[in-house]
Amino acid sequence: MSQLLQHLINGLASGTIYALVALGYTMVYGVLKLINFAHGDVMMVGVYMGYATAFALGREAQRSLWGVVIIFAVAMGGCALLGFLIERFAYRPLREKPRLTALITAIGISFALSYGFQLDIGFLPGASPRAFPEVIVPTEWFIIGDRDVVVWNWQVISFLIAVTLMVTLQFLVYRTRFGKAMRAVSWDHRTAALMGIPTDRIIALTFMLSSALAAGAGLLYAIKDTSVSPLMGLYVGLKAFVAAVIGGIGNVPGAVVGALLLGLVEEFVVGYAASTWRDAVAFGFLILVLLVKPGGLFGRVAAEKV
Amino acid sequence: MSEPVKVLGERRAFGPLLTVEGLQVRYGAIQALRGVSLQVGKGEMVALIGANGAGKTSTLRAVSGMLKPSAGRITLEGQDITGLKAHQLVPRGMAHAPEGRGIFPNLTVQENLELGAYLRKDTAQVEQDMEKGFTLFPVLKERRRQLAGTLSGGEQQMLAIARALLSKPQLLLLDEPSLGLAPQVTETIFRTLREVNATGVSVLLVEQNAHLALNAAHYGYVLETGEVVMAGVGKALLESAEIRRAYLGE
Repeated sequence: MSQLLQHLINGLASGTIYALVALGYTMVYGVLKLINFAHGDVMMVGVYMGYATAFALGREAQRSLWGVVIIFAVAMGGCALLGFLIERFAYRPLREKPRLTALITAIGISFALSYGFQLDIGFLPGASPRAFPEVIVPTEWFIIGDRDVVVWNWQVISFLIAVTLMVTLQFLVYRTRFGKAMRAVSWDHRTAALMGIPTDRIIALTFMLSSALAAGAGLLYAIKDTSVSPLMGLYVGLKAFVAAVIGGIGNVPGAVVGALLLGLVEEFVVGYAASTWRDAVAFGFLILVLLVKPGGLFGRVAAEKV
Repeated sequence: MSEPVKVLGERRAFGPLLTVEGLQVRYGAIQALRGVSLQVGKGEMVALIGANGAGKTSTLRAVSGMLKPSAGRITLEGQDITGLKAHQLVPRGMAHAPEGRGIFPNLTVQENLELGAYLRKDTAQVEQDMEKGFTLFPVLKERRRQLAGTLSGGEQQMLAIARALLSKPQLLLLDEPSLGLAPQVTETIFRTLREVNATGVSVLLVEQNAHLALNAAHYGYVLETGEVVMAGVGKALLESAEIRRAYLGE
């Protein structure tokens, strides 16, 4: 029983991180019908930004509250800018071209970032993974029984940060003027423009928002994993993408539910079977869901309207 | 362009609002509009009729900025608006209820209406105008909390018109408001359109149903394969033998 509880806690902790990344996929897909394959790599760049900031702050400062806030702010702000630039110069010129063109561009950017960051010139970090500084010093916060169940501080903190970001996003999408415009653009950007909505700006803001969320998630992931590497974006990005598809891509609550499920499934496989099976089961789970519900758990298979 | 347009009847004088001159639109190799010229006066209701593929919808789209014309000039109140984007034209008083109604089914009726007033800052006045819209179409008030996708076709068309009016337009562009609707519903919608027009909003109306459109409009243009082939006062067009043969099936 206590083992089950422990796995639940661990699964939810990693699931919330996946959720933040999955939300980025789903939001961009929502407004552009584009699978932004570079999303995971934008996250990776954010982690390196946080890494560089942590070093610039030094060992003492990086562990203080304001230090952590600065690290997150730099990474999230930097990624918002990166997301803006990618959308402006890579995707926007292709907006009216066949969708496949933008998709291939996204894959291109993904590789450019993940392999570009393996170069060892100038500020680029080189291919080998680095230890991510302990900006949140691991402490056991709750212990049940004789260490039967252990909840780490970083689990609680990252859960709280992730939930805060998600609630903020939910508020933004369903309760603000920007969110209303975003939902209109996601249905049909041509009609949205007829309302006077500056669709280019809404799309750019969506990219900035999803990139910032990815940076936040990447930092939480790096803190959990205690490492950072140029290829982490491909791996985490792919998992989060799977989560978004499980939930029904384009659907905001779907991304969260899909990610939590994926986090739990992975954790249970590692806990009760073998860790080598984790990815196989994760993707098997995806196939299973799509077999039963082709649009994902919350998605609807779009029927052509006549 | 070269052929002289046949004009029937004496056009009532309205102050100029929209002027389109030599408008051309291409979709790749296909030329959809071959130099369309037309005018809509202040407070005038103008109908654009023609068969499928004549270029009615392309004309509306070019006027509202959804399409970039390949040649020609569009002016609104004397200002050149050619090539401006749709969202830049809304603050200049252009509202377009597009083909297929263009409502947002994933948003509530209320949210759809709010988007109509997206650029307006006068919140209190927007509230009043929304109430006005609800008097035009009371059914929308009953359904304001529902997702717009759950409305019937007629209700969606009402929503599209009410939403377009919330931007406080000088010029309302309507694409096939009668499409797929029961005759009774169509009648309600056209009655409302005339009421709206009577308050001073100019209307440029695209319709397949020539009878309906020409009865309601002050003036009409007949489009054929991307060109204006005939124009005239609505009633006069209705009485012309050519129109009766080609568009009214008589």
